[in-house]
Amino acid sequence: MDSSFSTSTSTAPDAGVLAADASVSQELKQELSAHSAGVALRGVTKKYGNGFVAVENVDLDIPAGSYCCLLGPSGCGKTTTLRMVAGHESITKGDILIGDTRVNDLPPTKRNTAMMFQNYALFPHKTVWQNVEFGLRMKGVEKRERDRRVGEVIDVVGLTRFADRKPAMLSGGQQQRVALARALVTRPAVLMLDEPLSALDENLRVKTRSELRRLQKQFGMTFIQVTHGQDEAFALSDQIVVMDHGRVDQVGTSKEIFTTPASRFVARFVGDNNIFVGKVTAVEPSSTFGSVVTLEVDQVGRFMSRGLSASVGMTAACCVRSDRLSLLPYPPAEASAANQLVARITQIEFTGFITRVSLMVEATGDEITYKGRSYDWLSIDAQEGQLVTLTWAIEDCIFLPH
Amino acid sequence: MNKKRSLTFYLLAAFFALFVLFLYSPMLSIFILTFQGPQGALTFPMRGFSLTYWLGQVFQEQRVGNFVGAFWRSLGLGVSVMLLTLMVSVSAGLAFRNRFRGANSLFYLTIASLIVPSILISLGIGIVFQVLGMQTNWFSSGLGAHMTWTVPFAFLIVLGIFNRFNPSYEEAARDLGASDTATFWDVIFPLILPSLLGIGILTFTLSYDEFTRTSLVSGQRNTLPLEIFGMTTNVTSPALYALGTLTTLFSVVLILLAFWGYSALSAKQKQPKL
Repeated sequence: MDSSFSTSTSTAPDAGVLAADASVSQELKQELSAHSAGVALRGVTKKYGNGFVAVENVDLDIPAGSYCCLLGPSGCGKTTTLRMVAGHESITKGDILIGDTRVNDLPPTKRNTAMMFQNYALFPHKTVWQNVEFGLRMKGVEKRERDRRVGEVIDVVGLTRFADRKPAMLSGGQQQRVALARALVTRPAVLMLDEPLSALDENLRVKTRSELRRLQKQFGMTFIQVTHGQDEAFALSDQIVVMDHGRVDQVGTSKEIFTTPASRFVARFVGDNNIFVGKVTAVEPSSTFGSVVTLEVDQVGRFMSRGLSASVGMTAACCVRSDRLSLLPYPPAEASAANQLVARITQIEFTGFITRVSLMVEATGDEITYKGRSYDWLSIDAQEGQLVTLTWAIEDCIFLPH
Repeated sequence: MNKKRSLTFYLLAAFFALFVLFLYSPMLSIFILTFQGPQGALTFPMRGFSLTYWLGQVFQEQRVGNFVGAFWRSLGLGVSVMLLTLMVSVSAGLAFRNRFRGANSLFYLTIASLIVPSILISLGIGIVFQVLGMQTNWFSSGLGAHMTWTVPFAFLIVLGIFNRFNPSYEEAARDLGASDTATFWDVIFPLILPSLLGIGILTFTLSYDEFTRTSLVSGQRNTLPLEIFGMTTNVTSPALYALGTLTTLFSVVLILLAFWGYSALSAKQKQPKL
């Protein structure tokens, strides 16, 4: 396809061509990290003319130099939030601050942000060089300075030899890097990325993902990215903002979101959680977990979970990850664990590293999923149709107030 | 693939051949009758043969005026109409992307001019000029009459173009600090240029052969279609056919140029595949 491409490495043209750390201009690095700014949203609301509320009363603090992912299903308001920060969407109520500046009424270019669009929106009639140069030209940077800065950033993303090509002659990964270069060349305080990886195939997505993360760390820039993939968010973020129906459901690090989802929505969205809805019957303070909340789940059982606060009588839920369940024979041989229930195996799926077992609580028809390493499963030796006991510890059972 | 074709195929092919004959035989007759000798007349059979006699006659002064002058007028008018129509329709297309108040009424008002009988529009423009005490002319009232015909067409096409236009190009441009003017000339205009070329050729053709709307408002001097019509009532020589042959040739060249321009422009800005 491309005979001019370097053959000195064994990697495919798209694999990790971002310049090595050593060759990255120190000056570019310093300038970018010096410009980096935090972003704050205060009661930001977006209401459309037809009454539809896309984003409702969002409060958010994104520290300077951090990688923040807005995560949620389509229609949750994450893209609208990003576009409001970038200035491509007006704000109905509230304030957006970039650094110390209130930017509500500033046009995109005055906000000192840059945006990488979904599908990149590279100008198809301009070459790579002209695409990257565009922002500097519009800002009235003189020709010599433009040439220097464009050359530098194109080098950083490893596209120097493609400078004269049109976007149509580049692969998906190369286009993505042109978009990145075009956004970086104006030295933005915040870089916004709208699903930057969704157009790439699986392999390239994982590679590009780590390149983005490396670049962000290297330049100490603030990145805000919209994504609907939790693995992408987990891999990239210093901070994850989970959104649903225009509201922020939870803000936390990857680890926090993964181990302690704050709501039923987050637990479901993160995946692999078994969720039980019931009534709170007891709340006891605990030295290890804050408080232990006991939940009575109709016809299924009584489960103890760790939580922060709850009031007796309220309807709430708890969840346990499918890989934190233990599967024991029925009836169990030993004394009961903190949480247990009896269910019938409906399906066993061997998927390689993991074996996935579907079970059903007979009284209610509730489905439960158990996941275990396939080697561990060999010693369990249970069959489809068999009754088994599932047990789990209090610390693995997360109380979900809503 | 099956080599043997069914009877249906041959019947339909014959039918299609007849259709093509029906479509092109009038034009062919005119081409053929152009190449008669000096004794040539308006009907078959051909009288004598000459490759250039009647084509040459076209450029001679005729009894009712002259073709050459009419051709230059029509060409000038067509080009002016084309440029003005492009300006008006692109501006209107840009305006209609933001749903402003009264956009719908304005849309229907514009389109209505396609439905009103052409001769009435011509008459109306003529009357207005009379009331205002202005002389009708091909470059004033004639130009206006043509634009009542070309603008609605061009406007409809421009709406279609902008419907398919990806707004993230403009957002990207604004994001990078481009003013509205720069966004238009640097991004929007180059991207819609191939389509504009198409609209240009369409509006030029609409104007170049427009007859009815021009008929009452062309003033002292005729456009080419009016000149030809005048000749059919006064002149009875194959010069008429020669003129038809020449203008057809002119149109074909124009269309070929447009196609070439379109493909050259589109090749320059192929959309990237992701």
